[in-house]
Amino acid sequence: MLSKKLLCLSSAVAMTVATSALADTLTIATVNNGDMIRMQGLTDDFTKKTGHTVEWVTLEENVLRQRVTTDITTKGGAFDIMTIGMYETPIWGKNGWLVPLNDLSAEYNVGDILPAMSGGLSHDGTLFAAPFYGESSMIMYRTDLMKAAGLEMPDAPSWSFIAKAARAMTDRDKEINGVCLRGKAGWGEGGAFITAMSNSFGARWFDENWNAQFDTREWSDTLNFYVNMMNDSGPPGFSTNGFNENLSLFQQGKCGMWIDATVAASFVTNPKDSTVADKVGFALAPDNGMGVRSNWLWAWALAIPAGTQKEAAAKQFIEWATSTSYIELVASKEGWANVPPGARASLYENPNYKAVPFAQKTLDSILSADPNNSTVDPSPYVGIQFAAIPEFAGIATEVSQEFSAAYAGQQTVAEALAKAQALTNDAMEAAGYR
Amino acid sequence: MARKITNNRKIINTAAAWGIGLLIFFPILWTILTSFKTEATAIADPPVFLFFDWTMENYSVVQERSNYGRFLWNSIFIAGGSTILGIIVAIPAAWSMAFVPSKRTKDILLWMLSTKMLPAVGVLYPIYLLFIKFGLLDSVLGLTIVLMLINLPIIVWMLYTYFREIPGEILEASRMDGASLKSEILYVLTPMAVPGIASTLLLNFILAWNEAFWTLNLTAAKAAPLTAFIASYSSPEGLFYAKLSAASTMAIAPILVLGWFSQKQLVRGLTFGAVK
Amino acid sequence: MATQNSRSAARLMLAPAVILLLGWMLVPLTMTLWFSFRKYLPLRGGDQGWVGLDNYVRFVSSSSFWPSVQTTLIIVGGVLVITVVFGVLLALLLDQPMWGQGIVRILVIAPFFVMPTVSALVWKNIFMDPVNGLFAHLWKFFGATPIEWLSQASIQSIVMIVSWQWLPFATLILLTAVQSLDGDQLEASEMDGAKPLQRFGYIILPHLARAITIVVLIQTIFLLSIFAEIFVTTGGAFGTKTLTYLIFQRVLESQNIGLGSAGGIYAVILANIVAIFLMRIVGKNLDA
Repeated sequence: MLSKKLLCLSSAVAMTVATSALADTLTIATVNNGDMIRMQGLTDDFTKKTGHTVEWVTLEENVLRQRVTTDITTKGGAFDIMTIGMYETPIWGKNGWLVPLNDLSAEYNVGDILPAMSGGLSHDGTLFAAPFYGESSMIMYRTDLMKAAGLEMPDAPSWSFIAKAARAMTDRDKEINGVCLRGKAGWGEGGAFITAMSNSFGARWFDENWNAQFDTREWSDTLNFYVNMMNDSGPPGFSTNGFNENLSLFQQGKCGMWIDATVAASFVTNPKDSTVADKVGFALAPDNGMGVRSNWLWAWALAIPAGTQKEAAAKQFIEWATSTSYIELVASKEGWANVPPGARASLYENPNYKAVPFAQKTLDSILSADPNNSTVDPSPYVGIQFAAIPEFAGIATEVSQEFSAAYAGQQTVAEALAKAQALTNDAMEAAGYR
Repeated sequence: MARKITNNRKIINTAAAWGIGLLIFFPILWTILTSFKTEATAIADPPVFLFFDWTMENYSVVQERSNYGRFLWNSIFIAGGSTILGIIVAIPAAWSMAFVPSKRTKDILLWMLSTKMLPAVGVLYPIYLLFIKFGLLDSVLGLTIVLMLINLPIIVWMLYTYFREIPGEILEASRMDGASLKSEILYVLTPMAVPGIASTLLLNFILAWNEAFWTLNLTAAKAAPLTAFIASYSSPEGLFYAKLSAASTMAIAPILVLGWFSQKQLVRGLTFGAVK
Repeated sequence: MATQNSRSAARLMLAPAVILLLGWMLVPLTMTLWFSFRKYLPLRGGDQGWVGLDNYVRFVSSSSFWPSVQTTLIIVGGVLVITVVFGVLLALLLDQPMWGQGIVRILVIAPFFVMPTVSALVWKNIFMDPVNGLFAHLWKFFGATPIEWLSQASIQSIVMIVSWQWLPFATLILLTAVQSLDGDQLEASEMDGAKPLQRFGYIILPHLARAITIVVLIQTIFLLSIFAEIFVTTGGAFGTKTLTYLIFQRVLESQNIGLGSAGGIYAVILANIVAIFLMRIVGKNLDA
């Protein structure tokens, strides 16, 4: 075993030496999500095609964010490619920190990228990051439990239906919780969920003069509705649950419904990991009759920091990883249900992919999300579950910490909102908005 | 007569000590056991203790995903390098404070310790900028220097307290015999202080091994040690207890084994002058 | 004993350590001090000029500041009390004759070798998870409702995790001190009819005083800057935001270097207050 490893190691060294004359070694920072881990495993295909080798820096999402942000703001140059999201890309692009991706090859076919994705990853019409996968959010529910409760899930349900169904499906003795939702502090975790949800209740983060809006009835309606529903039919400790915790619960059959990222659909329907793989149905994220649904829009994308010496090789990698042929490569190895979704229009026209049960609902959810028009009342910011301003991540993390404390019953909803209001206005003042 | 220990008492002592010892060790034991379970067994209710199908699957998955060897090597190099560098700088300093004390010796010592109280994150930006400037980013050398500086106060202090327990007359005698300062330190003092130096080495190796702020924030791919390895296994998608346990076991096993084998040396010198 | 010659040699030998540490302290500290007077927002074009004491005022007037100081003191104090009390008891127990003393000692010191990130991850997921954690299974087995550790008892949970990591250290140092106890003195007091509690209070505890202060000093230095344990478990929610964590939020999450630097300066001040306080106590012991 050891000697085999040594052999691999030495042959890898030999290969690097042999190709180093014309090949680069790319350092790529990425997040430890399943699709990226899979990409890591397929790197050999890239090396075979181009001769370039790749060094992966795989980190947990929070650590990754802090790591790449430090590096980009100080122009550290530690990475040749960074995995970033729809929130960071326009801000960094605007600051001139990313290499514009306006000269990708014709065969790459930029036009095939879903407009919602390329729009969110651009600044002033210039694409700064290529989507590796894109997502919205939707409802995943247990068809068997729904039937047992004597209910039928509409294609586009309302929040009141969700609350009713959640209470009907809950069976504490069997450890079945009607609905599992994110409550974990962090702007990308519970903060993202509650913000998207608040949109459908008519709430917004800021009015047109950048005043915080947490003192409005809409926000208190949102939070009270959430807290009441979760106390009646959510899992224990939901105030510390994020995407991964809820995914585990759902896979173990402990959730009746789960409203979260559309990419989760392939995990919950994968019989290898999920005990409920054949009993999952999908529906659009709920609304409240106000014309805005509670689904978000997000993409994990690959971007090249300005100033890298290896721009050409980095572009080659991006073209490889976000191309249709990469999708086909994954499909041939892991099946169509496991390809990175939500980035390219052609995927949803592919007959093989159309047969995947969640494909259409994913596309519908993505298409119904509009970052430029995310709130009922007008707002000054772009973004659905975030506001695309540099200060948002810091503020929203603190706000979501106050919310989580309210979910855990350590303070009332009113107290949490009052604190959120004060700290948001304070931070916006510090940043010079008010 | 009263001091005579009855067998009964010894039995009670043994039972109590073993009970508490196992309780303290249990989280580690459980993690190691979990690393040999499947993901489904890892969260089984009721939990299974020993009787499950042992599997190496988690280890092979972890090994396939990350180049454990490189992380391990970086950890060894950084922890070892910083400790040895630290000792080299600290021995003369500790010698001078222990054997030629001045009025300010104590102040200097306490000041040194106080530098350890600076919150690392507060100076992340300055240090990061300096690292870029000197091209030390993602280099083993840069991390070795930083960790040496971080642990230097502890090293100096440990050696100082240890040296002070060595009677000055012996050194003086060697000086009478015409030994130079260099040979005094190298051939007289150092051999006598071996237990103290050994435990200083060990303690600082452990501290450097476990340091998780600078090692994570100043590295990318080349110099990343095991703390970065772990950061890629915290909260991935789906069930992960077994894989997390495997990665955790791989990260702590080398230092645990080292610690256990050398615990006698560690304990002998780990007094910080607490015993008089 | 010290001649003029050896004194200057001593100074020379002290120099590298002092210069290195001085540099390590002064260079970043000066830069931090400089940043703290400036409006420095990396995501908004970097350094935007002098703002005087604005950052200092804003950092303290934030509603999170005083709670964070309080949390810091609670966590540090809590861990110190637990590790010292249990450390003394454990040291006394381990000093008793028993079978397998060496193995027990190995078991007891093991947590000290576990890196903080790992121990936080393991505790959070494998033990404290309210659904799949081992504690939850245990509670359910006894028919109780599992505790939601990290939200309902957040500070206690963190104190517990950190105490678990540092108890071995305290135990080891205290054990070496216990072992150096004068057996004759104990025996004599026993002859005089001193009760175990009296013996503990009048002989053992005074003997351990020095070791205890050392434990307190060293642990405080490390505990003031704990970070991974909070970052991994609660992410600063549920009242677990320490001063270090608050600075992390300002610097890295809000990307406000100026504000974070001002916080850093406050943390240095706090650390020095604690240090002076501690050194008053330890300083005496160092003379002894």
